[in-house]
Amino acid sequence: MNLLWLQASGCGGCTMSLLCAEDPDVFDALEGAGIRVMWHPAFSVQTGADVRALLDDILAGRVALDLLCVEGAIARGPRGTGRYQMLTGTGRSMLDWALALAPLARHVLAVGSCAAFGGMTAAGGNPSDAVGLQYDGSHSGGVLAHEFRDRTGLPVINIAGCPTHPGWVLETLMLLADGQLGHDGLDGYARPRFFADHLVHHGCSRNEFYEYKASARDLSDRGCMMEHLGCIGTQAVGDCNIRPWNGAGSCTSGGYPCINCTAPEFEDPRHAFTQTPKIAGIPVGLPTDMPKAWFMALASLSKAATPDRIATNAVSDRVAVPPSLRNKRPRP
Amino acid sequence: MTQTRLVVGPFNRVEGDLEVHLDISGGHVRSARVNAPLYRGFERMLEGRDPRDALTITPRICGICSISQSAAAARALGGAMGLAPTPQGANMAALIHAVENVSDHLTHFYLFFMPDFARPAYGARPWHDQVVARFSAMEGSGARAAVQARAKLMHILGLMAGKWPHTLAIQPGGVTRTPTAAEKQRILASLRGFRRFLETHLFGAALEDVAALRTQDALLGWTGGDAGVFARVAASEGMAQLGQGAGRYLSFGAYAQAQGHAFAPGIWDKGTRAPLALDGLVEDISHAWMLGRAAHPERGMTEPDEEMRDTAYSWCKAPRLNHAPMECGALARQVMDGHPLALDLAAQGGGVLARVGARLLEIARIQLLMETLAKAIDPKAVFMAQGDLPASAQGAGLVEAARGALGHWVRIEGGRVASYQIIAPTTWNFSPRDATGTPGPLEAALVGAPVRNDEQTPLSVQHIVRSFDPCMVCTVH
Repeated sequence: MNLLWLQASGCGGCTMSLLCAEDPDVFDALEGAGIRVMWHPAFSVQTGADVRALLDDILAGRVALDLLCVEGAIARGPRGTGRYQMLTGTGRSMLDWALALAPLARHVLAVGSCAAFGGMTAAGGNPSDAVGLQYDGSHSGGVLAHEFRDRTGLPVINIAGCPTHPGWVLETLMLLADGQLGHDGLDGYARPRFFADHLVHHGCSRNEFYEYKASARDLSDRGCMMEHLGCIGTQAVGDCNIRPWNGAGSCTSGGYPCINCTAPEFEDPRHAFTQTPKIAGIPVGLPTDMPKAWFMALASLSKAATPDRIATNAVSDRVAVPPSLRNKRPRP
Repeated sequence: MTQTRLVVGPFNRVEGDLEVHLDISGGHVRSARVNAPLYRGFERMLEGRDPRDALTITPRICGICSISQSAAAARALGGAMGLAPTPQGANMAALIHAVENVSDHLTHFYLFFMPDFARPAYGARPWHDQVVARFSAMEGSGARAAVQARAKLMHILGLMAGKWPHTLAIQPGGVTRTPTAAEKQRILASLRGFRRFLETHLFGAALEDVAALRTQDALLGWTGGDAGVFARVAASEGMAQLGQGAGRYLSFGAYAQAQGHAFAPGIWDKGTRAPLALDGLVEDISHAWMLGRAAHPERGMTEPDEEMRDTAYSWCKAPRLNHAPMECGALARQVMDGHPLALDLAAQGGGVLARVGARLLEIARIQLLMETLAKAIDPKAVFMAQGDLPASAQGAGLVEAARGALGHWVRIEGGRVASYQIIAPTTWNFSPRDATGTPGPLEAALVGAPVRNDEQTPLSVQHIVRSFDPCMVCTVH
């Protein structure tokens, strides 16, 4: 399959994250899946006139475009012209190119939350009037209409995340190359379900603290970050704590809250990212699928039952109290 | 004499979007204009928000300098809060930052800069087969090995920063995660693995030998590893003469800790060193699609010109220090730190060889620094101090990204961000002309570059542009 990658209005971080793929690395993985990179802005040798010739060939149908990957939101400003991002050397805006190329592609992939929904590029009043390929925040319909379907009948595939995990991108591409990703493999926001059916909460190293609502007060504390520090890992989709990032990591194990970066409009949470909004001292926002009354009842019960070890460690920057040992007996 | 004009774009293997306009006559570039064609408006997004949000938002300006943006935001907020990181917090933040910077240098050398020499245009050169084998885009054995070594080095970031890019681990008071004694050992083991890659593949020699290089001639005579391939190419293609700079360098100082910077800050003007002072810093907007007037970033604003007036040609403002453009990056940093090799490279013109050579030198020096920082980790210490944000304050965060000087200037009023201004390394290096018509550093360095008649995308121009390791997404932000 032929792949074309365009960097629209974003930070390039999803490409940088992709370079962190291991066993296999990104180049081995693509080659092994039979994916030929026609052009990628960071990886390919071709510059300038060679790229313009390739784009002309695609437009004229001389070269098949199987996989169109777009990283970054699409800027529509100023005043609907798209001139906040021109594809250099072509005299045309990225908005114009996205509209021209998407209908020609076998599959269209939005890599990262910017390309999917607008993402961080659309934060804070959205200075560049940026949107996702097929979503404007949580509203279906971006630069491509709600009705858009690729040549196989799929919508734009939204590999959301800020950044995307390299595995999310590569596994989506490998599934497509193998003909194994259909409608039933995508969730309600067209995110691949193999990562979107999990919550960031699953496998979080702070789960014991969560069980007792033993909460961190400061970002260097080990406790659960849901009550005070803005963590929404119980609502955010992603297998971030099931598969590691960069060999060993995740946001919550790194000491800072999940900010729900796989979701539309995560960029404007209407409160500080690292502070949980509360009403009358009670955090707003419940874990996904949890009835409120049960959550309140269980939370107050488990708080009351918190063992000293967990209560102490929750507000410590290291394990202050280790688990007690069982059945250890002195040698007779 | 025939006059031609070329527009070079899409210009890839630079981070982000770049377009270069060239006026060519007599087989040379006569003048160049550099366009940063992407505007997103990060400074405007921050206005009115909780100042702490800068730690989440500014890293997302750039996926390759993400930790540098973090570090600058943390320093700016720390300045406003009157809060300094704990000594061990600063040590760990420096290590995290160093991992990103050395990774960026590696990415630049193997993936962005060297693949150009594997082009068929160089097919007749005696070194071509060697370059093709090691540096072909996506296929070269050196490029593959470098990508794998980089991913493994970044396990330090997985461990201590949660992930890369876009971590929230660096805070005004230090870092969010306290390492254990065993994790310190894992960090040291990762660093030993990276040293092995550098000594086996990149340099073919001990890092200490690289750090001890003193002259341009010694660098050109280097034969070990992939750096030796570069030296051979550079000598054969006259890379020392290509794309020379104006000899004015700026560094904000890298890896700040309580006892000072690991690489010293300062200003260099044609052989004269001066301490870093930014009173004379102004962002000129005469040739940028921006409204308002030239100002110091403490008083600056970002108001895009939606008309995109004809007299301007870039979204990039033009920072000037004491009315002069400044070059920043690894060469500038190593010159300011007084390294003999960098001083000689600068004295001999500071061209493509100097910029790439200084980056190679710095890879060796950063590895040595990372080893020192890792050995100094004290798992019993406190890694983060706590503090409160004042309702009104201002602060500046000055750091060194891989590609040069990065500054954040924040003003807080009523507990909210009233103003946030950013000057990124490539804002300096790829700035457009200023009100006096003085071109930016890249624009000046391109003048005189040789162009063959049949070239649409001149190779010399590509080498010069990439020698700066531009980051265009940071440039306008």
